[in-house]
Amino acid sequence: MQSTFHSGRHNSRALLSLVHPNKELFQRQRALLRSTIPAGFPSPADDYVAGHLSLDEHLVKHKESTFFMRVAGVSMRGVGIYDGDLLVVDRAVPATHGCVVIAVVDGEFTVKQLLRMPEGPVLRAAHPDYPDQPIKPDQDFSIWGVVQWNVHKV
Amino acid sequence: MQRAIALVDCDNFYVSCERLFQPQLEGKPVVVLSNNDGCVVSRSQEAKDLGIGMALPWYQLQDAARKHGIIALSSNYTLYADLSNRVMSLLSQFSPDQEIYSIDESFLDLSGIPADLTDYGQQIRRAIWQCVGIPVCVGIAASKTLAKLASHVAKKQPYYHSVCDFNRMTDAELDIMLDNIEVGEIWGVGKRSTAQLRTMGIHTVLDLKHVSPMCIRNKFSVVLERTVAELNGVSCLKLEDAPPPRQQIICSRSFGSPVSNLPDLGQAVIAYTTRAAEKLRGQHSIAGGIHIYIRTNPHKINEPQYQQSILIALPEPTDDTRKLCHTALNGLRQIYRNGYAYQKTGVILTAITPASGQSRTLFDDIAAQHQSSALMATLDHINRRMGSGTLRLLGEGVKKNWAMRRKNMSRRYTTEWSELAVCRS
Repeated sequence: MQSTFHSGRHNSRALLSLVHPNKELFQRQRALLRSTIPAGFPSPADDYVAGHLSLDEHLVKHKESTFFMRVAGVSMRGVGIYDGDLLVVDRAVPATHGCVVIAVVDGEFTVKQLLRMPEGPVLRAAHPDYPDQPIKPDQDFSIWGVVQWNVHKV
Repeated sequence: MQRAIALVDCDNFYVSCERLFQPQLEGKPVVVLSNNDGCVVSRSQEAKDLGIGMALPWYQLQDAARKHGIIALSSNYTLYADLSNRVMSLLSQFSPDQEIYSIDESFLDLSGIPADLTDYGQQIRRAIWQCVGIPVCVGIAASKTLAKLASHVAKKQPYYHSVCDFNRMTDAELDIMLDNIEVGEIWGVGKRSTAQLRTMGIHTVLDLKHVSPMCIRNKFSVVLERTVAELNGVSCLKLEDAPPPRQQIICSRSFGSPVSNLPDLGQAVIAYTTRAAEKLRGQHSIAGGIHIYIRTNPHKINEPQYQQSILIALPEPTDDTRKLCHTALNGLRQIYRNGYAYQKTGVILTAITPASGQSRTLFDDIAAQHQSSALMATLDHINRRMGSGTLRLLGEGVKKNWAMRRKNMSRRYTTEWSELAVCRS
C-alpha cells in the first residue's frame, strides 16, 4: 500500500490513541491514520534513522557572528561571485592576506579580495575591467567580515 | 571569597545596531525614535554632545535636527532583538551564570574565574565588537548594585577604557569614586526616593552607603535597605536565570493617525490581543481576564474627550487567540462611543496562571482543548519561522488605517531574505 518506512512510528502513535479515554479524539486520529496502519513488521531501517543534513550546520560555523549579504555588481565574477548572489559572512574569522572580505570603504559595503601589502591594504577585484584599489590613509576603511561561502543559483 | 559580578551594557544600543548595517552613519549625530516616531529613545555620542536629551519628543527637535543634520530613525525592534540575542549568546560563553537583564544589559557572575578580571572584561568587549559589531562596557564589583555603578563609571570616564573593576580598588579609592556619583544614579532609587533622601542630607552614593540600614528600613523599605547592604559589598540580589512569568501582559500603542470608527478600532484590538496572546503562550500561561481601554488624545484640548475601560472575565482561562479576541471585541463594543477621534487602545491580559496547573471541570471539552492547543502551536510555529504576523486572524485587517507611523525604518537585515544588506561588487 503506502510507504512502510515510517510505519513503526505510526504504529506506536496509533497504539497511544487506543488507550485515550476520549472517544471522539480517538476516532479522529484513527481516521487520519487509517491508510498507513500496516499489519506487518516494523521497518528494519528504524534503528538507523540519523536525522537530516542541515545546510545551516554546514555553512554557519559561528551562529552569533554570521550574517548574510546580497551581491550587487560583477567585479568578483572571476572567483565565481555573481550579481544577486547570497554571501555567508563571518565576522569572527580573522581577515588574512588573500581572503575575500566585506570591506567598508567611505561608508559603503564592498566585496573584494583583501591583500595585505607592506604599503597598506589593497582591495582586488576578480574582473579585468576593475583595477586594484589601494586604500589611501585618509580614506574611511574597515573590514566588516570575511566571506565564507557564496550561494549561487544555477 | 569576594563575589565578582559583571554588568555588561551595550553602548547606545539601538543606534549601534543601525550603524552596523549603515556604516555611513558613523561619526554623525543619530537618534532612534520610539513607536510612532514619538520620542528619542537612543542617541549616538554625537547627538548627546549636541545636547539632545533622552525622551524628548521628536517634533520639538525639528529645528535643531535641521541645523545640525541630525538623522532620526524609526525603531526597528526586529533588528535590535536579533542582535541582542547574538550578544547575549556570546556573553553566556564567558560565565556559567548569566542574567539577561534587558535588551542591552546582562549580568555575569565572574566569581572564581582565574584571570585578571579587567583583562577578562576587555576580552569580552573585543569578542562582542568583533563578532556582532556592538560596543559594550563592563562594570565589575562585589554586588549587582555596585556592578551597575561600575558600568556607569566605565561608560563615563575614558580613563577606564570601558572596563571598570571596583574590586581592584582600595576602600578609600572606591569611596572617593562613590562620593562623585549622585544618589539618583543607583539602581532602583527612583525620583521620589532621591528627593526624600536629599531632604535627609543624602546626596551621593557614598552618603547612602554610610547610612544605618535600620534607619533606611524604617523610613523607606526593605528593598532600599538591601540596596545599602549591596553598596557595602554584600551581595543580596541573586542572578535570575529566567525572568519570572509576568502577572500581566500589556499590549498598547498609539495610532499613526486618529481612528474614529468601530471596525478600525476592532482591527487594532485584534492585532494587540494577538500579540499579547503570543506572549502569553511564550511563557506557558493562560489568562482569566482581559482589560480593554480606549482613549482620545488628551493633548488636543479643543476636541471632545472620552476614555473608558472594561475588564471582562473569560468563561474559562485560555491562551487561545480566537477566544481572547472574541472576548476583547465584546468588551470594545461595550465601551465604544461614536463621534470621537481615538488616539490609543490597549489590551491587558490579567489573572495569569501557569497553563500546566489548569484545573479541569466535569464539562470540559477535552477534544476541543487539544484541537485549540494544536492550532495555537502551529500558528506560533509558522509565525516564528516565516515572520511575525504571517498567519493571523482576518479580523486584524489587511489595510490597517490605524498602523503605526514608522517613516524612517531601516531594513530587517538579519531576519528577512528580501531585506538583506547589499554589498557592491
